[in-house]
Amino acid sequence: MKDDNYNEISKNGLWNNNVALVQLLGLCPLLAVTGTVINGLGLGLATMLTLIISNAVVSLIRHLVRPEVRVPVFVLIIASVVTAIELAMNAWLYELYTVLGIFIPLIVTNCGILARAEAFASKNRLLPSILDGLMMGLGFTLVLVTLGAIREILGYGTLFNNSHLMFGELAHNWTWVFIEDYSGFLLAILPPGAFIGMGLIIALKNVIDKHNKKKQTNTATQIVSSTEAAV
Amino acid sequence: MLFKTASSPHITQKNSIQALMFKVLLAMIPGTIAMIIFFGWGVLINIIIASVVALLAETLMLWIRKRPIKPYITDGSALLTACLLALALPQLAPWWLTVIGTLFAIVVAKHLYGGLGFNPFNPAMVGYVVVIISFPREMTQWVPPLLDTYTQLNFTETLSIIFGGDLPLTYTWDAITMATPLDTVKTQLGLELSIKEIEHHTIYGPMFGSVGGFGWEWVNGLFLATGLYLALKGIIDWRIPAGLIAALLILSNTFALYDYASFTPPSFHLFSGGIMLAAFFIATDPVTAATTTKGRWLYGAGIGIFIFIIRTWGAYPDGIAFAVILMNMAAPLLDYYTMPRAFGHSWTEFPHHHKVDDDE
Repeated sequence: MKDDNYNEISKNGLWNNNVALVQLLGLCPLLAVTGTVINGLGLGLATMLTLIISNAVVSLIRHLVRPEVRVPVFVLIIASVVTAIELAMNAWLYELYTVLGIFIPLIVTNCGILARAEAFASKNRLLPSILDGLMMGLGFTLVLVTLGAIREILGYGTLFNNSHLMFGELAHNWTWVFIEDYSGFLLAILPPGAFIGMGLIIALKNVIDKHNKKKQTNTATQIVSSTEAAV
Repeated sequence: MLFKTASSPHITQKNSIQALMFKVLLAMIPGTIAMIIFFGWGVLINIIIASVVALLAETLMLWIRKRPIKPYITDGSALLTACLLALALPQLAPWWLTVIGTLFAIVVAKHLYGGLGFNPFNPAMVGYVVVIISFPREMTQWVPPLLDTYTQLNFTETLSIIFGGDLPLTYTWDAITMATPLDTVKTQLGLELSIKEIEHHTIYGPMFGSVGGFGWEWVNGLFLATGLYLALKGIIDWRIPAGLIAALLILSNTFALYDYASFTPPSFHLFSGGIMLAAFFIATDPVTAATTTKGRWLYGAGIGIFIFIIRTWGAYPDGIAFAVILMNMAAPLLDYYTMPRAFGHSWTEFPHHHKVDDDE
């Protein structure tokens, strides 16, 4: 790969090849923890950190690992990184750690991370690999936060509830209440709400892509016709 | 005598979708009138709200999906969905509950899957499931069927409760709503009472009527009668309701014989809740049901079995919507495994490779 494609890497991670919206990987944690924005953000950031570190390590050892054993080695690396992050969260973000529960250790099984190690980091230099991890993680986090926001507004009528789990005591009053005395729309919080919300987000992305493509071809045909006219 | 048509056997199909839906809707009228008589104006108000919302949502979705609006809007399918959903909802359900249920039924369950003919799940039942798992409290606002000990609401009072959400000053929720017989049986069995004690209870006794709950037995009887007429006319397939009722009858009879103190008798199972409406009008939806002869028997029986299981051991008093949706999922599989042998072909030939595969 060329050196000047950082733009391309960012674009791929955030939009064109988004882990959640296009590759549809890591759906288990995505659907399970996005009941609120903060839960989504917490898991998203943990996943992003895992991606950055595991991509960096895999990229560094890419010449040492024989292709026959690469997958077990990648899994070991990812598992060690996740264990370290889990212990760190247990130490410093204990409340969030208890809320997210089993889904932090389960980051190991997020296929998105192994996919990036296999498809990108094992073939690229250190810096692009780190950027790829960052951008893929960011894209994943954005989807988690968006889905969390939709479900939190519909399900609880609030936004940024429990911010103190992540940002400390200062954030206690960050909660936005949209509707007072909201009795709650349980479906949005339950798993079906996650599936429906995810489907709608993917549909929205496809609509935007289609729209952009149409605009591009339109401008392209305009240019062609104007040059033809000029000729 | 001169016959106009020549060559090919032209079998005319008299039933267009519109005529079919219209006949089914017509057949629902007697049962619906009985519901209005027993359960008050709330039934009618729910039907009106659901119908208006369904037609508007249908128009909007057809417009967004760039489909011809007029033929689809007049086919009556949205109206039928709305009526089935409205009949399943409690009579004093707030207006927004009916609106959410109908919107989910038409927008998500029907049009997001491709519109009429493409939806894998019965739209009305999806709408019902959405509201019952989202708003369990509001879904308990059932009106007592014409019982002396309870207050009957007039039309304006019902309207103000549905749209305003607040009660007229002199009433409390306990005076104008009541648990359904199915719900009562479930709660009281949980309190270690026997079926006989519940049916002769001073408070709960009267609601059980003579067979399946006061009021309910009439509603179910009328739906059974008109449903049978539809089946006789060939508008709906008789095998689905037959399978459903047979399965429910056999299961409930077996368990009632085994322990009559804690399992309700089959007559109660068949004439309470929405069984007849489900058997003849909901389960027979030609889009979401199985299509082969054997498959239809199994499909109906599956719904009956699930209804019995959910009623007896489940968390909800009635389980029609869940049973129908579960069997909707199984319908393609049932069709696949019950495909009839094509005439002139042996079982091992083309569309039946799976039979060989199974043996391997």
